[in-house]
Amino acid sequence: MSAYEKVLLARAKDRPTGLAYIQNIFTDFIELHGDRRFGDDPAVVGGLAALGGMPVTVIAIEKGADTKERLRRNFGMPNPEGYRKALRLMKQAEKFRRPVVCFVDTSGAYCGLGAEERGQAQAIAENITGMMALRTPVISILVGEGGSGGALALAVADQVWILENAVYSVISPEGCASILWKDPKRVKDAAGCLRLTAQDMEELGVVERVIPEGEKDFAAAYQEIRTALSDSLPQLLALPPESLLASRYARFRAF
Amino acid sequence: MNLMGLFRSPQNELEKGGKEAEDAGIRNSCPRCGVLLPLSEQQENMNVCTACGHHFRINPRERVSYIADEDTFRELDGDMMSRDLLGFPGYDQKLRNAKLASREKEGVACGTAQVEGTPCALFVMDPNFMMGSMGTVVGEKITRLFELATEQSLPVVGFTVSGGARMQEGILSLMQMAKTSAAVKRHSDAGNFYLTVLTDPTTGGVTASFAMEGDVIMAEPGATIGFAGARVIEQTIRKKLPQGFQTAEFLLEHGFVDLIVPRAEQKRAIARLLRVHSGKPLPAACPPEAGEEERA
Ligand SMILES: [Zn+2]
Repeated sequence: MSAYEKVLLARAKDRPTGLAYIQNIFTDFIELHGDRRFGDDPAVVGGLAALGGMPVTVIAIEKGADTKERLRRNFGMPNPEGYRKALRLMKQAEKFRRPVVCFVDTSGAYCGLGAEERGQAQAIAENITGMMALRTPVISILVGEGGSGGALALAVADQVWILENAVYSVISPEGCASILWKDPKRVKDAAGCLRLTAQDMEELGVVERVIPEGEKDFAAAYQEIRTALSDSLPQLLALPPESLLASRYARFRAF
Repeated sequence: MNLMGLFRSPQNELEKGGKEAEDAGIRNSCPRCGVLLPLSEQQENMNVCTACGHHFRINPRERVSYIADEDTFRELDGDMMSRDLLGFPGYDQKLRNAKLASREKEGVACGTAQVEGTPCALFVMDPNFMMGSMGTVVGEKITRLFELATEQSLPVVGFTVSGGARMQEGILSLMQMAKTSAAVKRHSDAGNFYLTVLTDPTTGGVTASFAMEGDVIMAEPGATIGFAGARVIEQTIRKKLPQGFQTAEFLLEHGFVDLIVPRAEQKRAIARLLRVHSGKPLPAACPPEAGEEERA
């Protein structure tokens, strides 16, 4: 499969969105709203859930499963208050020493007027440093599109996993083709050059694990993620926060 | 310091005889007011338009000469150069062109220096090197500078100018946002001071990481500062952007910048901020200097 075909798969409308992962992997989800500063961003869903007997804070970028939902969720392009809500919930998790699991699926942070007025860049920067310093384990899973800084803002984690057909990139292939070659038609070339597939991520050391996707549905992927989280989170929780932070620093320092 | 030249009225001889004065290389036309400035006049005025106050983009060496005390800048990692890590078509050529255009080896100059006698670590990004785009070497140099500053308990002063991440390095350039931010955070947690000075343009991944992470965020007048590029926003919202959107003044108004300081006043402002954070007692309060406005 070509890199561009993977991009199309990662964007496919029938692909499960963030909420589906929360609902199929965890139980007892209680959604919590708002950033306590400006508003509640429907593009970012977060709250409390259980993984077996373990309380977990879960956060997902939600694109919306149908047209009406997609409009309401701004197609999964968060505004600053989405990132700020996520960070608020992560700090809450830190206080109660709950692990955090993030599901990332976005074409990017929203490029709108209000987003700039309310400090999109500052919100992303604050999430990056905030997650870097979080004294509780974080695992981020790229489940669809991982679009640039808007994805990284929820993917500064102890471990980063990616679905087999998800992608992660510094810029969309369309953006790359038009900026670099002034030719939007070269999008397929751009997708190949950017090295954005899950397999590239594994090769470049950007992710620890690639989650296989089933032939028919995502049931096997949900199961695999549940098993892997049940395995990894207790191990990370057992580490003293200082060594957790030191490994997280080293993980990103290596790039 | 020549503060008066900054705001004098736009009435110099060049405005009258503009047509025949178009001799490139000797005179520069101001992109904001269109006046033709003799290069010597522009340079004497710290590359600020004497007619309208427009701040021209400048290279790191000029910047260092405006800020650091004479002969105090000690460059670090000056020989570090980017490689084409992903085999990205045309990147090698782009790097060669950038080196020629900028006469630098990479898009940021890092080192230690003194500002009015206070030691600091200093980084200055380069608009002439692929528009200050952040690849692995830019990220590495800045990270190393913060690590050194943490070790030696030095404050960091950083001048940002960037079009964003360097897409020819793909996901590895995105990771630089996390790497640099991690080093900034450690520096900060150790109680050290970090001052960013945002200059034209500061956008994309650099704004969304270390540019916005300063304890104090200063900006140059008129600088474009934002996350998304103006064109991308216009395409997204299908509307023209209002005048002055994403300028330093706009960010000040919206609470994302602490202060806007013209180039001619930056050294003094930076020195004062460094002194406040130096841990040493401040000199006894002195009366306002001549020329400074009276605060009643
Ligand atoms: Zn001018």
